[in-house]
Amino acid sequence: MTDNDLLVKVSDAGLYKNGKWLVKGVNLNITKGKIVTLIGPNGSGKTTTAKIALGLYKNIEGTVERLTNKISYVPQKVSIDWTLPVRVIDFMVLTQDLQDQEINDALNLTSVEHLKNNNLRELSGGEFQRVLLARAIAKKPDLLVLDEPVQGVDFTGEVELYALIKKISETLQCGILLISHDLHVVMSATDYVVCLNGHVCCSGTPVAVAQNKEYKELFGEKSSQLLSLYEHEHDHVHDSDGNIVKEAK
Amino acid sequence: MFDDFLFRALIAGIGIAIVTGPLGCFVVWRRLSFFGDTLAHSALLGVILSISFDINISLSIFAVSSLVALILLRLQNTTNLAGDALLGLLSHSSLAIGLVVLGFLTFIRFDIMGVLFGDILSVNVNDLIIIWAGGAIILFVLWLIWKPLFASTVNYELAEAEGMNPKRVNAIFTILLAALIAISIKMVGLLLITGMLIIPCAMARNLSNNPKQMVVLSIIGGLLSVFVGLYASFEINTSSGPTIVTVAIILFILSLSRIRKKY
Repeated sequence: MTDNDLLVKVSDAGLYKNGKWLVKGVNLNITKGKIVTLIGPNGSGKTTTAKIALGLYKNIEGTVERLTNKISYVPQKVSIDWTLPVRVIDFMVLTQDLQDQEINDALNLTSVEHLKNNNLRELSGGEFQRVLLARAIAKKPDLLVLDEPVQGVDFTGEVELYALIKKISETLQCGILLISHDLHVVMSATDYVVCLNGHVCCSGTPVAVAQNKEYKELFGEKSSQLLSLYEHEHDHVHDSDGNIVKEAK
Repeated sequence: MFDDFLFRALIAGIGIAIVTGPLGCFVVWRRLSFFGDTLAHSALLGVILSISFDINISLSIFAVSSLVALILLRLQNTTNLAGDALLGLLSHSSLAIGLVVLGFLTFIRFDIMGVLFGDILSVNVNDLIIIWAGGAIILFVLWLIWKPLFASTVNYELAEAEGMNPKRVNAIFTILLAALIAISIKMVGLLLITGMLIIPCAMARNLSNNPKQMVVLSIIGGLLSVFVGLYASFEINTSSGPTIVTVAIILFILSLSRIRKKY
């Protein structure tokens, strides 16, 4: 990793709110072309950590350095009030100016081109997530923050979208911070995993995290096997700097 | 032509309707109608200050409304009171203070009905200049901040994460609202200005499926209300503000038959 590959550096960050620490002591680096995944149980501070990385909180402990301004964000929840009539095509240009062709291409990538002129409120949960993802990638960002981007998407779609996310990180050479629950699918696309439970309980390559004792306690023996199982399909793993290291098994 | 009070009222009304359309849409989208009310109520204090110190009425209303808006933004950060309670607090305290001060001004003949409900007879050429120049500035600034304002209306955190400055555009929008109230009090009155802001937009929402269309339709709705309302108030001898708002509400009821419930 060279210094100019670094996009975001979160150092010892934490957020104290309403008398408790939402998350504490988080260190993580996001670099170009790499996917960092946050996992952890509900309330473990995944979304908070993502928002800290995005600079959405003013009073945090620690420091966050962001070395890019070309950021796309897919929030966990976007609700559109009935009073606000927004079509997919209006939503695509929400924070950016795009050519028609760019809009079509992005919608095409997430297979929702046919919904271009539909109102956002007409979309199903899965379709809406695809539109959110399309909007985020249309901007060709340096940094893409995805908070559970495939919630409500059907299983085949889920696999497809994770493959797409992986492809985007390679073609655009952008750094991705991904939050997800679907351990087995996520791991196939991840370079680095941060397992949260109010603090960083462990972090490293998928295979390293899977063998971590704390991870096993948090998610159970089964999910550990699941990850290791997945790793058998590969002939190498990456270390935290993205270099290829020998499989440990 | 400008000697005719009906013509002057018409020109004033057209100017105001063009500005209330787009601003009103944001008021509806951002659920700010009670906030508009609060600013309008504080305008009474502005009117009274303008009479007491003999300063320009629009300027004085703008100053007081902006001040109330800034106090609100400050209170939001310092207390845990809910938004509507804060608004009620500010709205009625400024109204009460205004009325108390009015009590001291026994030496001045003062038409409070005109301030509450608008008075077209009093619209002079100076007012027209203020309405059109002020309106042009409001629309120009709104045009400048349209994208970040709209983005932060759809999703605040998304807009902030992607490099827009929602806090700043929200504050600017608040000032624009105060300015609109300042230029339109004479025409519609402070009790009804919120109606003028939101009713044409509510009508437009029933007929539109995208934001720009909604803005255009609310301008058209506002213009229609002004035309028909002014004509009716002249013919049946009713006060202009309430008549214009009544026409707007009739248009809204008519629009319900074409409502796009699906979206």
